[in-house]
Amino acid sequence: MKFKFWGVRGSIPTPGPRTVKYGGNTTCIEIRTDDNDLFILDAGTGIHALAQSLLKEMPIHANIFITHTHWDHIQGLPFFTPIFISNNRITIYGSQDPVTGEGISRALTVQLQYSFFPIREAQLNARVEYKTLIPGVPINIGKATITPIVLSHPVLNFGYRVDCDGQSLFFTGDYEPELNIYSPEDEEYEQFQVLIEEKWQEVVTAMANVDALIVDSSYTVSEYVSKRGWGHGTYASAIQLATAAKVKKLFFTHHEPTRTDADLDVIYQSLLQQYPAVGFDFELAQEGFEIPL
Amino acid sequence: MTQLDNDKLIACVDRMPAFPKSVQQVVHLTNDINASAKDIVRVIECDPVMTVKILKAINSAFYGLPKKITSVQRAVVHIGLNTIKNLALGVAAMGMLDTQNKANFNTAQFLLHALTTAAISKQLAERLRCSPSECSDSFVAGLLHDFGKVVFTEFMPIEFKMALEKSNLLQVPLHETELEFIGINHAQAGKILAEKWGLSEQLIAAIAHHHDSGGAKSALEDCVFAANQISKHLRFGDGGNPVLESFSEATAARFGLQHELPADFAMQPLIESLGDLQAIKTEAQSFIHL
Repeated sequence: MKFKFWGVRGSIPTPGPRTVKYGGNTTCIEIRTDDNDLFILDAGTGIHALAQSLLKEMPIHANIFITHTHWDHIQGLPFFTPIFISNNRITIYGSQDPVTGEGISRALTVQLQYSFFPIREAQLNARVEYKTLIPGVPINIGKATITPIVLSHPVLNFGYRVDCDGQSLFFTGDYEPELNIYSPEDEEYEQFQVLIEEKWQEVVTAMANVDALIVDSSYTVSEYVSKRGWGHGTYASAIQLATAAKVKKLFFTHHEPTRTDADLDVIYQSLLQQYPAVGFDFELAQEGFEIPL
Repeated sequence: MTQLDNDKLIACVDRMPAFPKSVQQVVHLTNDINASAKDIVRVIECDPVMTVKILKAINSAFYGLPKKITSVQRAVVHIGLNTIKNLALGVAAMGMLDTQNKANFNTAQFLLHALTTAAISKQLAERLRCSPSECSDSFVAGLLHDFGKVVFTEFMPIEFKMALEKSNLLQVPLHETELEFIGINHAQAGKILAEKWGLSEQLIAAIAHHHDSGGAKSALEDCVFAANQISKHLRFGDGGNPVLESFSEATAARFGLQHELPADFAMQPLIESLGDLQAIKTEAQSFIHL
């Protein structure tokens, strides 16, 4: 199994000379199994370049797993060229939204409306299917097994574990480890902390021992002070997660949109100094990088 | 006698609005970007309609939970605060329970009864040294035990009014007159709904059996039963049922009471052991702003 980053930026695309190294496209990860089965995690703007690379392979069967439906994770769906070409098969997987009660099909349907896009859903030539996943229930596609888990974010967000060919990776989507909503002096604080710790254990178990852990690490610890509750993690929380889950390699992603390449390089150097011996390698996710497992 | 159609009942409850104060609070707090999470959670936790709608959404088959989620706090940890907030806002968008209703049922007094029963039930669970999660379940079970009455008020107001009037006039238990006029009582209706919503077995049992005096009961069921009697006896709000029920031998034994005494005498030592229960009433009142 191998994977490639096509988009690593958080929130909004950031093209320009200062983001050339790490890339400015929003989240998209391509996974290829040893049998060349195609899995795509999220459909941010990075999926457009991925689509261009797939044109030579048509017809394709793409399995697209959406972590959540915030714009930066679905915005590329209408620009995923294979949906317009017959004989392609596109299966889109995701959660049922508890607030609207609707399935993942809404992520595309909402975008393909007259006011927002010139082509109607009925005009797509590929065979597009939607599948609603249930957290904790694995699904098998080819030799791969994909297992979703709910991870805290301001909308329902799935983290996905992919196991195939004796290897494994886990992608968090957007994730902020749960916070205690009570103050230590509140009667409810302790009980809520117990619930948080139970959930943390569930999360660590879901990503245990993976070869590659890809984690939303939007902020530094000092930036996080004013971003609590925004739904994103820190470099430190990603390290903590990777340590607890005993992973082989950690990738920080969802780079904060105002960061330049130079900023990210500085952050990486300081992380290397701060965490000299965590027992696993870590890197900043970089658009265009392919990682064999 | 009228038979309530279960499917119709369930469909109606999906559209049922919440209590006025909590609807106002949810709208107010969700419009304020700096509102504290615990304030929002507290509003949801104190409204039976909001609580059941959150629990129903999260316990649906789509979230494949190995263990049922029985509290709003647990729902927040599992699914995230913003989703819970938006679920609550969705409930608020359905309007507010009408304080003037054809059943002449005082919903503010009802809410005071439900909230004080919840708080006392939790205190009783703590007294029995139940686990923190069981104590939290006791609160939720107390809050929801009479949910069926709100449903009757909304969807069977004429029949429920007759049941309330006969119960009050003849001083007979409301759940008996409900059977006569509606065909099922509020505990049975609550059970049907709780099952449909996918609530935990323990919560379903506590709602279903809160008027049963016989048979072995769980600690949770006993806490709700006793809290209900205490709330009625102290006249904390009004659930529409004027009749105190006797403690069974097993329930009395669990709280160290003498079951052969009339209920008001039997529960006196328990009430005294709980300390200042007026504080519970005052806190609930301040929430409802009676």
